[in-house]
Amino acid sequence: MLRTSRFIPYLYLTPAALLLAFTFGYPLIAIFDFSTRRIRGASGPFIGLENYRQVLNDSVFHQAVAHNAHLLLAVPILLASGLLLAILLYERPRWWPLYRTILFLPYMLAVPLVGIVLSNMLQRNGIVNEMLRAIGLNMLALDWIGSAGLALWSVMGVIIWREMGFGMMLFLARLQSLNEEVTEAARIDGANWWQRVLFVTIPQLRGVIEFYVVISVITMLAWVFSYVYVMTRGGPGNATIVIEMYLYNFAFRNALPGIASAVAVILFLLTLGLTIPLFRLRAQAAEEDRA
Amino acid sequence: MNANLPFDKAIQRPANPAMRRALRLFSWSSALRQAVLIAACFLVLLPAYFMLATALKTPEAYSLSKFSFPTSPTLDNFNAALRGGRFVVWFLNSAILAISAVAVSLAVSALAAFAIARMRFRGATLFLGLNTALMVIPPVVMLIPLFLLLTNTRLIGSYAGAALVYAGLLTPFSVYLLVNFFRAIPHEVIESALIDGAAPFMILLRIVLPLSVPALVTLVVVNGLWVWNDLLIALILLPRDDLRTLMVGITVFGSRYNNDVPVAMAGMLLASLPMLLVYIFGQRYFIRGLIAGAVKG
Repeated sequence: MLRTSRFIPYLYLTPAALLLAFTFGYPLIAIFDFSTRRIRGASGPFIGLENYRQVLNDSVFHQAVAHNAHLLLAVPILLASGLLLAILLYERPRWWPLYRTILFLPYMLAVPLVGIVLSNMLQRNGIVNEMLRAIGLNMLALDWIGSAGLALWSVMGVIIWREMGFGMMLFLARLQSLNEEVTEAARIDGANWWQRVLFVTIPQLRGVIEFYVVISVITMLAWVFSYVYVMTRGGPGNATIVIEMYLYNFAFRNALPGIASAVAVILFLLTLGLTIPLFRLRAQAAEEDRA
Repeated sequence: MNANLPFDKAIQRPANPAMRRALRLFSWSSALRQAVLIAACFLVLLPAYFMLATALKTPEAYSLSKFSFPTSPTLDNFNAALRGGRFVVWFLNSAILAISAVAVSLAVSALAAFAIARMRFRGATLFLGLNTALMVIPPVVMLIPLFLLLTNTRLIGSYAGAALVYAGLLTPFSVYLLVNFFRAIPHEVIESALIDGAAPFMILLRIVLPLSVPALVTLVVVNGLWVWNDLLIALILLPRDDLRTLMVGITVFGSRYNNDVPVAMAGMLLASLPMLLVYIFGQRYFIRGLIAGAVKG
């Protein structure tokens, strides 16, 4: 530790503190204030919890919440596919560095780009349907983006396509820091591949798996705006509206920042609630790492 | 070769080394493994193929077959996409924002992280705890007050306002990563500088930062890409057409050329080039940053 006079450290801290107060501190306090006012333009009269009442009674908001909940189905799929690919790569099959580079690529690409390319592929007369027809699956050649029943599944598929590489890389990094002797011992004891994966490898990855699940849950609840905005704008109708899109519509389409702030508060408390287990898991993962 | 090897085992081996290697490599389990990996790679690469093949097709060729290889490739789609220089403007806007936001956040984060990692003072733990908690809060939550604040201060639709917001959003991760990195620098290195009478700021500048180049490169890559790839903030804080970033630009572009897919794909291909370059040359740093942000500490 450096010895300095008492106020010097705060001098170093000030620029960051001011910047964080501007982007996080003020807005996070302001949304609570705004959410209790009827705002037209810059400010408005205090109306108590009226905005919250309106949001919680709005069937479109219920739909948005249900759609975010639906997207949670992507979490087990992401987890299983990420784990499978990481374990396969960890065994260092031939060309594994090439596979790793390719499989991580989607995560590097921007969401708008991915959304536009894949939406075009999923159009009614797009390449996906053309391929399905070519292999005789005509009944599966559907209107993936344009029909209300399928659009949310398509958005989910695109999210899985792009985010899969993240989990894979996370698990692979953890695997590479593990002690190989344990798996080797299980092999010598006659455990087959499935037994080694289920009873030796996965238990050792427990910390990072829990962490990944929490991170993915937060993603599905509060970080999917760009996918939805680019692919469907929440449509057709409200078939793919999510909480963030609902907030965006009220704030910047309908110019009702009071109501939108109530949604922001709800979203904030939701992520905050999920952050607590995240912190615990992060500390745990760090502990395992040191061990 | 081992002379004690049983004779019968020795003759079972194919004499030809290439043949022997092929036999050793082939097994049903490794074939299955390869099949799964190749299938996954196919799913990942199909959109890339679609983008490239479509960008080289005429609208007629595209409407005939989406999957086919472009037999008579054309560059017309790229000309159409580049017309009017809009892509260049979007590129520049994104670059200006990314560079300034990354620079600002790096400077303030390095100062704060240095104090937290290397000085003893009240509130250090509290600051770091709050800072870390901010990492998972989605920006959409802060957007309404920021929009109103920037509108009131006439900073809406300006590089400065948006860059400052981006810099702020990048700071929690940057502080967090740098604190971990600065703490790992052995204190003998710093002590020897202290004996030479260096002031704390000089220690940061001359010793700590040069030793932290890997962490700084990681931050530049990860944070730069974050700003470059963001849609939401640019969409709302930069509403003027001439200030559109690449992501806002391609979103508009993609819906405008909804019915002219080859031109849309040519545009997407152009837009993905910088990211691909960063990926090819910066993969190592990106992965390191990702893992550091997720697993450590």
